[in-house]
Amino acid sequence: MSSVAEKEVVSGPPHVHHMDSNTAYHAAKLGMWLFLATEILLFGVLFTSFAIYRYEFMDDFQRAALQLDWKLGGLNTLILIFSSFTAALAVDAAQHGNNKRVSKLILVTIACGLIFLGIKYIEYSHKAHLGLFPTFDLGEWSFFGIDFGYVKLFPCPEGAEFCWNSAEFSRDFKMYFGLYYSMTMLHALHVIIGMGLLIWVWTKSRKNRFSSEYYTPVEVGALYWHLVDLIWIYLFPLLYLVD
Amino acid sequence: MSSYSATADHANGDPKNYLNWETGIRSWLFTVDHKRIGLMYLFTIMTFFIVGGLAALTIRLELSSAGADFLTPDQYNVLFTLHGAIMIFLFIVPGIPATMGNFLLPLMIGAKDVAFPRLNLLSYYVYVVGAIMALISLFSPIDTGWTFYAPYSLDSGSAVIWMTGAAFILGFSSILTGLNFIVTIHKLRCPGMHWSRLPVFVWATYATAVIQTLATPVVGMTLVLLIAERVFGVGIFDPAMGGDPVLYQHFFWFYSHPVVYIMVLPAFGVIGEIIPVFSRKPLFGYKMVCYASLAIAVVGFLVWAHHMFVSGISDMSAIYFSIITFGVAIPTAIKVFNWVSTMYKGSISLETPMLYAMAFIFLFMIAGTTGIYLATLAVDVFYHDTYFVVAHFHYTIQGGAVIGLIAALHFWFPKMTGKMYNENMARFGWLFIFVGFNLTFLPQFVLGMEGMPRRYFDYLPQFEPMHQLSTIGAFLNGLGYLFVFVNLLWAAFLGKVKAPSNPYNSVSLEWQTQSPPIHENFEEIPVVDEEPYAYGVPVEGGAH
Repeated sequence: MSSVAEKEVVSGPPHVHHMDSNTAYHAAKLGMWLFLATEILLFGVLFTSFAIYRYEFMDDFQRAALQLDWKLGGLNTLILIFSSFTAALAVDAAQHGNNKRVSKLILVTIACGLIFLGIKYIEYSHKAHLGLFPTFDLGEWSFFGIDFGYVKLFPCPEGAEFCWNSAEFSRDFKMYFGLYYSMTMLHALHVIIGMGLLIWVWTKSRKNRFSSEYYTPVEVGALYWHLVDLIWIYLFPLLYLVD
Repeated sequence: MSSYSATADHANGDPKNYLNWETGIRSWLFTVDHKRIGLMYLFTIMTFFIVGGLAALTIRLELSSAGADFLTPDQYNVLFTLHGAIMIFLFIVPGIPATMGNFLLPLMIGAKDVAFPRLNLLSYYVYVVGAIMALISLFSPIDTGWTFYAPYSLDSGSAVIWMTGAAFILGFSSILTGLNFIVTIHKLRCPGMHWSRLPVFVWATYATAVIQTLATPVVGMTLVLLIAERVFGVGIFDPAMGGDPVLYQHFFWFYSHPVVYIMVLPAFGVIGEIIPVFSRKPLFGYKMVCYASLAIAVVGFLVWAHHMFVSGISDMSAIYFSIITFGVAIPTAIKVFNWVSTMYKGSISLETPMLYAMAFIFLFMIAGTTGIYLATLAVDVFYHDTYFVVAHFHYTIQGGAVIGLIAALHFWFPKMTGKMYNENMARFGWLFIFVGFNLTFLPQFVLGMEGMPRRYFDYLPQFEPMHQLSTIGAFLNGLGYLFVFVNLLWAAFLGKVKAPSNPYNSVSLEWQTQSPPIHENFEEIPVVDEEPYAYGVPVEGGAH
């Protein structure tokens, strides 16, 4: 993604700025769409696994899904949809060269991402409280002579309803929550990456870089954010609304 | 004749080029020049080729007589895993695309660089991180085989996490390279360079990039699930926990079958470039060769379960996968027929690149036809997991992809370095590789037919003569590569013979700029106004 604005100011090394602005815009967009395709395939593995085991362990998946709080999940869905809306508005503002509006809208989008992650944290810690979080059994640990003793992260809480590592813990629960954590944590990682991308867009808007001629970063940043939103829209009913 | 605005031959002076316009280690480590990145990839992957090759020679030495010789069975398991994992993930998957593709693609389409030069450098460093992780796994070596099949990979040593993590990271490097190439080919072709004028190497690279971009995320996520399974005990692939190891195989081969086309398609492209030049004829059936690359890429996505005929998949799906696998033979055969037809009645000169190209056709014919045996359901039940599979695979990958890479190295060597190598030494190396390779793997077909299983440390006494032939062949083969490396490195660093800008009188764009190319490839963006491979076409001032 070479920036035209920079090209006008500094004559950078020829290999970085070697395209005209129109080509650079279309190249960046095609690149981002391709990248989104790879993301969908990445999640595709998880969706396929989920479909297979949902079919195989129908009843257990339904029981396990009851442990999730659909209200918090629903709230997060609304927040992400709203953030996608503000991201789309930011693209429109950039096309009109309104850098102030871009920076405000991008900040709102980033804030929504933060709230989403906060709610996700509340959900995870509630799961840990119930004993539904995987216990990290690292065994005896010593590192360059420093002895850490027996390391066990997230051990079962006292008097919890479930315990991940106990023999009684249903293996199908394990399968459901294994997939739940894999999918939502990978998604959360994408929220974080998306926020990083948006911060980069925000700094550019603060420098008044965008104009009707040049708004590539806003557009590709928003594209990525829409994907993050879209994947959650599929994850929410699959994981929370199984009943 | 194309109208190039910059065709002056500067070879007689010592003009600025991409190698000398900037010097010092920083100018290499932080370069965004696709040509330099290509060279950095080349030296890195060749180092791993040597490491993987030494592992192979050690295996062959151990197998030269029945019983334990100088390795323990555990060491043997580690060695064949390292040979496979290093050769696949660190050498041949980046292989031709990351080295020759990086160097040639912008030159061939008349561009100054790839679409995202900084992303290109990033993908090199992502590769380096992956390579370091793979090396870390050596501290407590991994013995699962390069396929990491569950459930064994779930409870063998913890190095599995490092090696699979490395494969995941290396996959990202591959995705970024593929994505960069697709955008480059779509958006940066110079004026007049229509799709119907693209060199076949570019078409092959495009088809490869599609596979790199669409197949790699699947194996990446699968390996992440494998790691999650080991760490959290999720149970997706572990039958003891309700999981399904066959699901792992499906996910794994969904990538790992198309990946053999990532390895071999660019080699097809290289051969398609070399044969017209040394036959002085237009490439026969140019369009069919291009479409065949795309067809292989598409059909290649639909055949993965032919690796799993004995894994307990249903008869119906086995029949489906068998039939589609036969289908791959069609576009592949189209390519072979077109190469041979190009040579027919051409004025052939047997210089080293052409010798490799012809060796490629010969070896790949054997690879392709034995592939048909393995796609046949009833036959595969017997051949599955025997040396027949090992021999077939090495004919496609070493006989195909590696020979293609070595052919490309010789063919474009004058362009990359501005020097000429010693032709006799190069032919000598070719002879050793060709004879040594066949001596290594033809006996393995026989061993497979007699029932010798793959990955076994020990074997019955009647297999000994064939194993010994194979070992002798392997060392001759290794000697051949040694000749090649010494010859090329010598010529590159100490050689005195300067290369002209177009030593083979080729018509494709990369030869129309100076050797080695200038930093910006072309002084002015070229304009193309003729069909590709216009050899023997009468033009002003004589035929090409």
